[in-house]
Amino acid sequence: MLLEFGIMNQLVLQNVSKKFGGLLAVNQLDLEVPENKILSLIGPNGAGKTTVFNMITGVYPPSNGSITFKGKKLNKLRSSKIVARGIARTFQNIRLFKSMTVLENVLVGMHCRSKSGAIRALLKTPFEVKEEKNITRKSLEILEFMGLADFCNDYASNLPYGGQRRLEIARALAAQPQIILLDEPAAGMNPRETADLMDLIIKLRDTGLTIFLVEHDMRLVMGISEIVIVLDYGQKIAQGTPQEIQQNETVIEAYLGTGAKTAS
Amino acid sequence: MVRQELKKLVIYGFFLAIIITPMVGFKNNDFDAARVLQTLAVLIGLLVLNLIVKLVRSKRPQRAPGHKAWGERVRERIEQIPKVFTLGGLILITAMFPVFADNYMIDVAITCLIYITLGLGLNIVVGLCGLLDLGYIAFYAVGAYTYSLLNLKLGLSFWAALPIGVVLGMTCGCIIGYPTLKMRGDYLAIVTLGFGEIIRLVLNNWDSLTAGPNGLFGMQRAALYYPTFQDGGLSWAVYNIKSLPSLYYLIYIIVILTIIGVRRLDNSRIGRAWVAIREDETAAELSGVPTTWIKLLAYALGAGFASVAGAFFAAKLSYTNPNFFLFMESCIVLCIVVLGGVGSIPGIIVAGIVLIAAPEIFRGLESYRMLAFGGIMTTMMVLKPEGLIPAKRHKREFIETKSNE
Ligand SMILES: Nc1ncnc2c1ncn2[C@@H]1O[C@H](COP(=O)(O)OP(=O)(O)OP(=O)(O)O)[C@@H](O)[C@H]1O
Ligand SMILES: [Mg+2]
Repeated sequence: MLLEFGIMNQLVLQNVSKKFGGLLAVNQLDLEVPENKILSLIGPNGAGKTTVFNMITGVYPPSNGSITFKGKKLNKLRSSKIVARGIARTFQNIRLFKSMTVLENVLVGMHCRSKSGAIRALLKTPFEVKEEKNITRKSLEILEFMGLADFCNDYASNLPYGGQRRLEIARALAAQPQIILLDEPAAGMNPRETADLMDLIIKLRDTGLTIFLVEHDMRLVMGISEIVIVLDYGQKIAQGTPQEIQQNETVIEAYLGTGAKTAS
Repeated sequence: MVRQELKKLVIYGFFLAIIITPMVGFKNNDFDAARVLQTLAVLIGLLVLNLIVKLVRSKRPQRAPGHKAWGERVRERIEQIPKVFTLGGLILITAMFPVFADNYMIDVAITCLIYITLGLGLNIVVGLCGLLDLGYIAFYAVGAYTYSLLNLKLGLSFWAALPIGVVLGMTCGCIIGYPTLKMRGDYLAIVTLGFGEIIRLVLNNWDSLTAGPNGLFGMQRAALYYPTFQDGGLSWAVYNIKSLPSLYYLIYIIVILTIIGVRRLDNSRIGRAWVAIREDETAAELSGVPTTWIKLLAYALGAGFASVAGAFFAAKLSYTNPNFFLFMESCIVLCIVVLGGVGSIPGIIVAGIVLIAAPEIFRGLESYRMLAFGGIMTTMMVLKPEGLIPAKRHKREFIETKSNE
């Protein structure tokens, strides 16, 4: 699996397709996510980007093809197992646990990294008490990192929009993943928040994390991505550095329609 | 607004009349118009009440965002008083209760406490995990019958039979839970309801084991063993928990343990996973919570608490029969959870007392009991859908954790 970048590819999709009834949402997609890079998947609305994320995280299986993570197949694993393997994600439409506090949301993300079960909780064994303390401390560190520590006791639903987006990332980070899938993290953010988010994503990459990004905000994508992959009607139409993609004729066509080419 | 609501009222009233006339009107083939009118009057009265409340609410000026509701302020006041006084006082009063209450009152209190245990157990399934369970009383039956049979056939004591009953109840919880794992909402309600009825029908028809509708009787009471020095040597004396005050204390301890247990679970890793599933099952699974297993655990633990209550119930009466475990009982327990505030322990305690003690106090209105239940539930849904005492998530003090860093 040593490919063009000369490093190990963590996540590999081979010939992956997804059919919804008659609709081919993803069509024979080959995709490699190299370790510790920022990779972006872009494409017009309905191109199949979220579907790719859903297949990787086991929301539904691919109709065809295989998905491997660190050399092991992910097909047929249930989502929680996939998270435990080291793949965490956020959602395009924010899906927080609204009636829980900000801290508790992150603690839920720690579920697969902690052990105490019902019996330990009922008896409040020293192990449980210590583990609770431990995961609380780690969660607070993550919240601090995401700039949410001051809100840790607020209900998640009371956070401002940008805060909710960041909390989604915090919850995903709590699972201590090796790769994080961000589905339109900048959606609905103002330019300042987006700029902060860019810094944050780079900081995350620098801690050793692999970032797999789906995003419509081109300034963000072109600003921080190391590799960009373009999807159109479920098919990969281009792959390359941000500069290459910006000059790619097929991509411009896909985004602006065939009319644009003849006009220019 | 007013006209719209009035129109609704007329339509509702009309349909109510159609439904109620045949249901209430015929008694032994005689048609009793007065009964119909009475019932209708009460129901329409409730609707009018709802209407008035709605109108008043819509007229009320929008509150400033910082403004806190009345209940919220009372709660803050209470929380300011040191716990030793509030909690300690409550425990003291409830523990002293049998001293100044007469037998009838103690008996009612015991029933209340049984239902509070059931409510707290169901709260795990419905309140925390968000799974609608309409057959919960089946696990209460499992507990009662397990103790009865183990005691009658094998002579096991209450304390020896209790853990077996709990394990059996939990197993039943998993058995009913398993096929419903992929279901949501309505389907879940129907399947759990069916399961509850199946258990009751089995108890009713398995004559050789359960004595059918006649029920089982003659079980020993729960007993306490204490050392005595009579007759020169050390020997164990037996105290049978038979008198009402002693039964009260037994169920009182069960309730306190249940409260502690449910509280601990609520604020644990498992409890958070339950609430996460209630809030958004898909997001929970994708955050690493194995939802299937955690849901089964909710069913099992909820059933476990019900079995304890059931075993106590059988030991208290020294008698049990399938008619104690009608669907109606499941409804009452569910009402307690919903009325109290889904997921709220103090809410369930208050609701348990209100829903079980009130009908006892207003004995004369027995035939309107169901009506009152319905009335209370609808009024609550309009006035305070989050319950009497809404659930609150645990907030933490971080002084300690932060200074550690
Ligand atoms: N569960 C589903 N059932 C049927 N069709 C689906 C389902 N999920 C997605 N689709 C369809 O598959 C196609 C790809 O959807 P997807 O959500 O992956 O697009 P996307 O690239 O994420 O778009 P956007 O940028 O709007 O988020 C769309 O046509 C969508 O309608
Ligand atoms: Mg999408």
